[in-house]
Amino acid sequence: MGKEFMTGNEAIAEAAIQAGCRYFFGYPITPQNEIPEYMSKRLPEVGGVYLQAESEVAAINMLFGAAGAGARVMTSSSGPGISLMQEGISFLAAAQLPCVIVNIMRGGPGLGGIQPSQSDYFQATKGGGHGDYHLLVLAPYTVQEAVSLTIEAFDLADKYRNPVMILGDGCMGQMMEPVEFKKTVPRNLPAKTWTLTGAKGRPRNVVKTLYLDPVALEKINLEINRKVQEITKNEVRVETYQTDDAEVVIAAYGTVARIAKTAIKALREKGVKVGMVRPITVFPFPYETFEKIAHEVKKFLVVEMSFGQMIEDVKLGVCGKAQIRFYGRTGGMVPSYEEIIAETEKLVKGVN
Amino acid sequence: MGKITINQNTCKGCMLCINACPSHLIRITQRINPSGYYTADFVDQEGKCTGCTLCAITCPEVAIEVYRKEKLGGEK
Amino acid sequence: MQAELKKIFTRPRTLRPVATHYCPGCGHGITTRLVAEVIDELGIREKTVGVAPVGCSVLSYNYLDLDMYEAAHGRAPAVATGCKRVHPELVVFTYQGDGDFASIGTAEAVHVAARGEKITTIFINNAIYGMTGGQMAPTTLIGQKTTTSPMGRVADQAGFPIRMAELLATINGVAYIARVSVHNSKNIIQTKRAIRKAFETQMKGLGYSMVEVLSQCPTAWGMTPVEATKWVEEKMIPYYPLGEFKVPKEG
Repeated sequence: MGKEFMTGNEAIAEAAIQAGCRYFFGYPITPQNEIPEYMSKRLPEVGGVYLQAESEVAAINMLFGAAGAGARVMTSSSGPGISLMQEGISFLAAAQLPCVIVNIMRGGPGLGGIQPSQSDYFQATKGGGHGDYHLLVLAPYTVQEAVSLTIEAFDLADKYRNPVMILGDGCMGQMMEPVEFKKTVPRNLPAKTWTLTGAKGRPRNVVKTLYLDPVALEKINLEINRKVQEITKNEVRVETYQTDDAEVVIAAYGTVARIAKTAIKALREKGVKVGMVRPITVFPFPYETFEKIAHEVKKFLVVEMSFGQMIEDVKLGVCGKAQIRFYGRTGGMVPSYEEIIAETEKLVKGVN
Repeated sequence: MGKITINQNTCKGCMLCINACPSHLIRITQRINPSGYYTADFVDQEGKCTGCTLCAITCPEVAIEVYRKEKLGGEK
Repeated sequence: MQAELKKIFTRPRTLRPVATHYCPGCGHGITTRLVAEVIDELGIREKTVGVAPVGCSVLSYNYLDLDMYEAAHGRAPAVATGCKRVHPELVVFTYQGDGDFASIGTAEAVHVAARGEKITTIFINNAIYGMTGGQMAPTTLIGQKTTTSPMGRVADQAGFPIRMAELLATINGVAYIARVSVHNSKNIIQTKRAIRKAFETQMKGLGYSMVEVLSQCPTAWGMTPVEATKWVEEKMIPYYPLGEFKVPKEG
């Protein structure tokens, strides 16, 4: 199978199908409509089910039903729709149901705009829904990486019995790039003995989240937390780019990281020793990478399409050992590589 | 000819069975069960119960079991 | 001579032998038992999945020996849809109250019907929110006093009660809708017939089925159970008429 030219949205949808996803429940919202549209065409071809729900609220609850029944299932949305899904996401995490949720971020808050942003970082990584849980959050920065991370997302969701989020943005979702779909290697995953398939030949199963007895509810929370600790220990992914001799390091993820690479090339040509740390998982966050690099590097520039959300995690990793400068564009504006060059030079010169 | 038993621990004293019995064979007692309810009891000295099950199907707690004499062919 | 007495009525297999948390006289206890009886008679326990709501019947998964979900408030039809689309061979039903079905979940109720989803809803209408202490429901009658309509519901301020059976019966995807009651034995028998017909409608693949069950709620209404059954008969049935609002066209 050679390379295909696809939008990020379509590539994510195709990757899901290649990972064995046969059920998609969603609702239209720009800039991710290509995902449900692609699914509506492709899923019937592979014997799957595409169902357009009456709202994002209904969609996330259909995921609850299908995941509880043992299927690989996905939904996708953006900003306001992801907000509507938060109760459902909390329920999915509480019931320990595997599923994949794609957020193609757009300008917010409120109805906002349809241009790209990264302003849902807090929502994705710090909670979003009520209660003690975490999503495993993967942040691709190219269409190709979106493919590999989406395929992995299904395995990770099943491995940990936890929802996984793909955090993209409108730029990545809409851009077209050549992409390759390699044959997926089936992972050794535990059997799903907890699913609802009709209590034939076994005691019945219940998929629930209500535990009125606090002793019981604490046990559930401890189990969820145990998994979060395991995820934190085993699943951190990060790219370090030209950091070995760097004197200043840019921290960015997703589309901004791509733009930053262009800036870094130009800066290096000017003799500026600049590198980048690109978190690929924003939960679990690569705190250790930042901590290690901050021993040598004393200047960080965090660039985001928001007014500063990931910067808080960078600060936690750096832990006061280095200066951290922020540059952001928000409301749907995308920073140019020239702006990133200018900010890096200001940081290097110690200018405000 | 029939009879019923009312589980004295399950009964919540709602009295719907008393209301349902066409022959008025159930009455509330002054007995308080471990859950704190006055319970209902079956009193049928004249053997009037036909085993119609109207009490049992009304009971929200499924506290009533109904017995009926086996008839030789035909319905009740 | 003592005749042989045969046990002719006992707890159905699918109803777990546990005490319920329902109030004395509550219609939930009766209806849950009827659902269990129908499942036993149809022999479908091992291929039935139920979806419990938020409301008094949230704990219904403790009472029915079935694979069961507990759904978020109002979303049971969506959860049921997810399950049925993955396992079309299963019998899937939701069991919901006024808040779940007629308030927060109205969109899900309308759309599961519009899609003609082959699932069944058992909708308990007791004109009030029981679990949370007796607040007004979308099904609360005009003039009815509740904790959030202490002077009695006034249409100008709080609108009119919704008739879900009639509302959904206008939708093409619906195959069977009935409104029944559990306030006395005669009607309990009708309720069981309707529940059975609803499940059979699903099993024949004819479309969405719903049974609206008028039920007494003695505690929230502030009455004895027997008084509450009279209130169903005298006050609820005139506004919520009993009957079948849509029947399957077969063949």
